[in-house]
Amino acid sequence: MKKLTNLTKTQKSNALTYLVVCVAFVIMFALQKTGGLSSKMSGMLVPICAYIAMALSLNLTVGIIGELSLGHAGFMSVGAFVGTTAILIMQFNGVESPVVRLVVGIIIAAIATALVGFLIGIPVLRLKGDYLAIVTLAFAEIIKSLFQNMYLGIDENGLQFSMVDNTVNLSENGRIIIEGAMGIRSITKISNFFIGFLLVIVCLTVIFNLVSSRSGRAIMAIRDNRIAAESVGIPIFKYKIIGFTISAAMAGAAGCLFAQNYSSCVASKFNIDCSILILVFVVLGKQGNMLGSIIAAAALTILPEVLRSFADYRMLLYAIILIVVMLAGNNAKFKAFFNEKVFGKIKKSKKEVIANE
Amino acid sequence: MSNEVLRCENLGIVFGGLAAVDGFNVVIKEKEVAGLIGPNGAGKTTVFNLLTKVYEPTSGKIFLNGNDTQGETTVSLSKAGIARTFQNIRLFNNLTVAENVMVAMNQSMKYNLFESTFRLPRFWKEEKEARKKALELLSIFDMQDLADVQASSLPYGAQRRLEITRALATNPSLLLLDEPAAGMNPAETAELMENIGKIRDQFGIAILLIEHDMSLVMGVCDQITVLNFGQVIAHGTPAEIQSNPVVIEAYLGKKKEEE
Repeated sequence: MKKLTNLTKTQKSNALTYLVVCVAFVIMFALQKTGGLSSKMSGMLVPICAYIAMALSLNLTVGIIGELSLGHAGFMSVGAFVGTTAILIMQFNGVESPVVRLVVGIIIAAIATALVGFLIGIPVLRLKGDYLAIVTLAFAEIIKSLFQNMYLGIDENGLQFSMVDNTVNLSENGRIIIEGAMGIRSITKISNFFIGFLLVIVCLTVIFNLVSSRSGRAIMAIRDNRIAAESVGIPIFKYKIIGFTISAAMAGAAGCLFAQNYSSCVASKFNIDCSILILVFVVLGKQGNMLGSIIAAAALTILPEVLRSFADYRMLLYAIILIVVMLAGNNAKFKAFFNEKVFGKIKKSKKEVIANE
Repeated sequence: MSNEVLRCENLGIVFGGLAAVDGFNVVIKEKEVAGLIGPNGAGKTTVFNLLTKVYEPTSGKIFLNGNDTQGETTVSLSKAGIARTFQNIRLFNNLTVAENVMVAMNQSMKYNLFESTFRLPRFWKEEKEARKKALELLSIFDMQDLADVQASSLPYGAQRRLEITRALATNPSLLLLDEPAAGMNPAETAELMENIGKIRDQFGIAILLIEHDMSLVMGVCDQITVLNFGQVIAHGTPAEIQSNPVVIEAYLGKKKEEE
């Protein structure tokens, strides 16, 4: 007990975040194994993990670096396509174990997306605020149309690539991987909930360890006061691009995991709606608050499914709930009420316990 | 010559035809406190911005520890030994007091991203050292107990002191203080005066300060430069400046009888 009180405030909140994620995983995993989940819910576990990783990634950009990105779906799409392509190539070359394929695919996706993030970051991070947001949006659109016009296949002669319709000539044993606007089809679903959970834990660890290191402090210093950061010798651009590249890598890994949960992967899925959806997770969970992002991502992914019984009014209710939660979360009176009624009791009971001891 | 920390020769900058600073000369030696005073809008903060390369001077030269600072940037000058505070306080508001100071030690820390992500020994060692040094620096102003408080929640005077501490954490040879006593009460100002002397002796650095509080300027400075409309109108010891008619005129205007 003494040791716990010695921890700093950040360490405590980090520990709480890990705890919540682990407990949620154990409960869901147990329910899934014992058949306590409907097949709908069970099928949503992996997308939830992917969306949580996406929310964490975007929260790194928005909450820690302090720049608004509207193009995160673009990074997700790079991860999905590169990762899936890598997995299909491994499959073609006879890598049997799905877990190996998935893990290696996710790693390749993360590295490739980090590279893309770095390259896009060079022009984008020279901008600020609204301009930066618009340019990220534009890059996401470019990535989308690139994948929509790409043809890639593999046969015993190796990879064949084209940006023009139907010029990929494969031998009989060949397999077309990316088919233009139709994307990648007949994917063997190899994603699993445990890998998803691991991905979330890895993302969390990377972010927490970054934030409490000298690089993370420098990144947050730039966010808080750019001029002062420069005056104490922080190279602005270098640290921004470090943060942005890490964020992109996470989005890529999440994209790969996401794609492996469906039988097909099309570029149009990763559009502006997707970017905004992830931004909603971050804003709802509060910028810079990782646990908030996790809860918001999980809740808002499940919500439309829960509301399915309302049929036509589903999206209307979803929007209303979103508005109410946003308003309530930013209302001082509501917060005070909530703190008093809910947390007040917990604190009281804690104090009583200490008093009794 | 060897202990000359800062030398400005004919420093000047022109903004669209307006010479905001013109022909500014100053030499500051080790362990010397220099004051820069003048009415509002005289160009004092502009001098600081020139020294730290926030603005590129249009004329003149700046030598830091005998080296020409031509082509240096704000960031590289911090490494070379210039640290500053700001007239309107610029702290990293969402970081804690200790973190604010530790940000300024970034240049002297060596561990890389790989080592911090995997929490390798060098990370722990350097972080521990940095925190220890941060607490030491904070103890100059008796702020070590506030180390884990969020910077924005500090009272005004403490925020000013934290800014000075953060500047010291970069291990400077020249410290620029932009109105360090602004908004402080007389007791706080007296304490600050004492501490500026302490910092000079303990760190052996040169200090250049802008200040409107004359008791502080006269009490702590070894030499004073007076600026008006971007021009140096007087330079000398506090006693000389106090009795200089040109300075009095710049501050108070001409007496009626003399017109």
